[in-house]
Amino acid sequence: MGKVILEMKNITKTFPGVKALDNVNLKVEEGEIHALVGENGAGKSTLMNVLSGIYPYGTYEGDIVYNGEVCKFQKIKDSEEKGIVIIHQELALVPQMSIGENMFLGNERGKKNAINWNETYGEADKYLKMVGLSESSRVLIKDIGTGKQQLVEIAKALAKNAKLLILDEPTSSLNETDSRALLDLMLEFKKQGMTMIIITHKLNEVVYVADKITVVRDGSTVETMDCHESKIDEDRIIRGMVGREITNRFPKRENVNIGDINMEVDHWTVHHPLYTERKVVDDVSLNVKKGEVVGIYGLMGAGRTELAMSIFGKSYGSGITGTLKINGKEVDLKTPREAIEAKIAYVTEDRKGNGLVLSNPIRVNTSLANMKGVSNKGVIDVDKEYAVAAEYKEKLNTKAPTVEQNVGNLSGGNQQKVLLAKWMFTDPEILILDEPTRGIDVGAKYEIYCIINDLVRSGKSVIMISSELPEVLGMSDRIYIMNEGRFVGELNAYEATQESIMANIIQSGRGE
Amino acid sequence: MSINVKAVLKKYTMVFALIAVLIFFHAITGGKMLLPQNVNNLISQNAYVFVLAAGMLLCILTGGNIDLACGSVICFIGGIGAIMMDKDISAVFAVLVMIIGGLLVGAWQGFWIAYVKVPPFIATLAGMYAFRGLSNVVLQGYTVGIRNTGFLNVFGGGADCYIPDFFGNGALNITCLLTGVVLAAIYIVLALKNRISAKSKGYEVEPVYSMLIKMVIISAVVIWFFYKLANYKGIPTSLIWIGLVLLAYAYITSNTTMGRYLYAVGGNEKATTLSGIDSRKVYFFAYVNMGLMSGLGGILTIARATQAQPTFGQGYEMDAIAACFIGGASAYGGEGSVFGIVIGALLMGVINMGMSIMGVDANYQKVVKGIVVLVAIIFDVLSNKKKK
Repeated sequence: MGKVILEMKNITKTFPGVKALDNVNLKVEEGEIHALVGENGAGKSTLMNVLSGIYPYGTYEGDIVYNGEVCKFQKIKDSEEKGIVIIHQELALVPQMSIGENMFLGNERGKKNAINWNETYGEADKYLKMVGLSESSRVLIKDIGTGKQQLVEIAKALAKNAKLLILDEPTSSLNETDSRALLDLMLEFKKQGMTMIIITHKLNEVVYVADKITVVRDGSTVETMDCHESKIDEDRIIRGMVGREITNRFPKRENVNIGDINMEVDHWTVHHPLYTERKVVDDVSLNVKKGEVVGIYGLMGAGRTELAMSIFGKSYGSGITGTLKINGKEVDLKTPREAIEAKIAYVTEDRKGNGLVLSNPIRVNTSLANMKGVSNKGVIDVDKEYAVAAEYKEKLNTKAPTVEQNVGNLSGGNQQKVLLAKWMFTDPEILILDEPTRGIDVGAKYEIYCIINDLVRSGKSVIMISSELPEVLGMSDRIYIMNEGRFVGELNAYEATQESIMANIIQSGRGE
Repeated sequence: MSINVKAVLKKYTMVFALIAVLIFFHAITGGKMLLPQNVNNLISQNAYVFVLAAGMLLCILTGGNIDLACGSVICFIGGIGAIMMDKDISAVFAVLVMIIGGLLVGAWQGFWIAYVKVPPFIATLAGMYAFRGLSNVVLQGYTVGIRNTGFLNVFGGGADCYIPDFFGNGALNITCLLTGVVLAAIYIVLALKNRISAKSKGYEVEPVYSMLIKMVIISAVVIWFFYKLANYKGIPTSLIWIGLVLLAYAYITSNTTMGRYLYAVGGNEKATTLSGIDSRKVYFFAYVNMGLMSGLGGILTIARATQAQPTFGQGYEMDAIAACFIGGASAYGGEGSVFGIVIGALLMGVINMGMSIMGVDANYQKVVKGIVVLVAIIFDVLSNKKKK
């Protein structure tokens, strides 16, 4: 047993009308990686915000004991001085500035009114080496990938002399390789004696790095598991998170007849919109049948979203070549409107950025892609709109008081349901779902899978893009594997395994 | 039953601010503020603000975009009309030319903004210079008077620009008062009908008492307003144009698909585009429409002044923008209402008039106006912060 470095005792935090945290206790030992897991809205981030002083002392009840003393943080700077540094889910870097400038933003090296650039870049390079980045710290943030940006965030934390590092969903925007590299880096830090708290939805990562796992449910800590005492697997964690046994994470699909080919894409090539000589999608051919779920698995940056958006009315890319057939007939869809009329729906991976109007209510978002369905000659029939939104809210079990609730106030899972409702209301035959369960909790995921099953049962075709292997394996009838803009394999669900998919990707990389 | 005072205060802050300002000036000017003639002037002097703000609202909804050119366009369009009528061309034809001219100007600016993606600020800044110059060219630097009384009467200028009283010749204009009563009655009937239909479909309706309070207040204000006008010369014709424009825009913004697209583009343009809506058309619509309102604004402005001058319309664009922001339109787009801009325009008008009656120096009036705009926006920013 190591020394307890941090103890949060009986933390209670109330917001007007809601008790976000109720008597939470958390004990973290020096030099361990402590994972905090729980469904969305369980209170993990609130707890970390209390710890880092975002919610100042006095706005919560209970004590934070760090290194044996009671801490009364008033602001983030206070906690950072003690070496508690939090890295938030959203990257907080200025794209137009260099790595070095970002790293010491607000913490500049040199004299008060004269920044010492040599010292800045020199020190920055030192910290970059520690996180395994070979880039010069003079490179601009926008010129490096998300995976490296995440590492810069960590280097930035190290530059603040972090003793206790809190990582909030550090891998949510990273691909599998970068995620693994980041986790290995965490294990490396652990060896050097750093203490870390990681919040994540990806349970395989928890199993990989964590020494202890604390489960937060409905604002309280439910249990803490010690990974060294007994073997903890993903099912064990899920049981703790949802408070019940989920025997099957993927609902069974029964009574589905797979019919004729609904959509066929042949020799589809897409170029980058700016660097027009670069191929983003390279000679891809695919088809999807009625009543079928086709999975497209690929790492982030493989060109999956670009493929989907280019099919959806050429909403991405330039110099698109290839043929697109719907029901055997060749079509040329030039705008999203034409794609919608051809009965295609594209449910974006970025629901906040590309999917929903957050400042508008559920009702308005539900009808946005099919205003014709709720209007007559340009005049909206608000009654009808209300009825439609209420019907989908009921059908998809969206949790909100009324359909007049702004979608910005909903949780990720419920936002995803509103987004699905919007596209279901356009009455599509082919749905392209891009990362339909990203960032939503286990319960909501299950509900989304059920909706997908209902869709194919009624004869629709679903193309599901995902970078989560278990999801692709659990939901698809057929799987395409995409890597670096090309399809490198096609597998039937019964013959596909995690290993066979990864093998496909690795082989394709060697082939070059 | 309990009324949530805080929520009401928050929702109608600017309405309460308007009332407070009215009471303040009423007291400090010894009751002059609310004399019938001043109430009348409040409308006719500010007709252009209401009209321009309605057009500006649509632009602002698409993402905080503004039109800096509309003041110059008013002068340009007004100048063309004045010259035409000066040459004894029929007023109907002149009005038609001015309206079409406004639409063309709007289409010109809208094209660059929507289809070439010139930032609206810059595209309309260019328009502000160019159309100011063109007004001077059209008017050749002179003031051109308007003698066509038919035109003046219809568009709110000259001495007889009022709806005539059809009943008797008393001191009180009965037609005007009756109009007020009828409007209040129509409002009550519509509100009741709406409530009954909403209830029959099982929608949420506001509690009876709050509806009753609202009804009484609105009817009382409407009747009081027309009573004041009746004590002067009756309904100014400019009020009819304002009323038509505001009703049309309230309808467009709340009940049409185009209105919905304006809010959606301002709220999240990418999501709107991916929903199959051509955002370029939405921008184009907003600016063509702004041109139309500039055209109408030009007509009202030269009618009110009974002449056209090359300096007309300077700063009008800022008055319109200020009315929108005071009325709660978001500087980032996606939020705002016609009701809001009415309150915003009235608030600015009342402050201007009150200070004029008090004899405050014109330069200080500008300072006060500036402070009012700033305070309104600060309030908006702070209250949004609390929401989060």
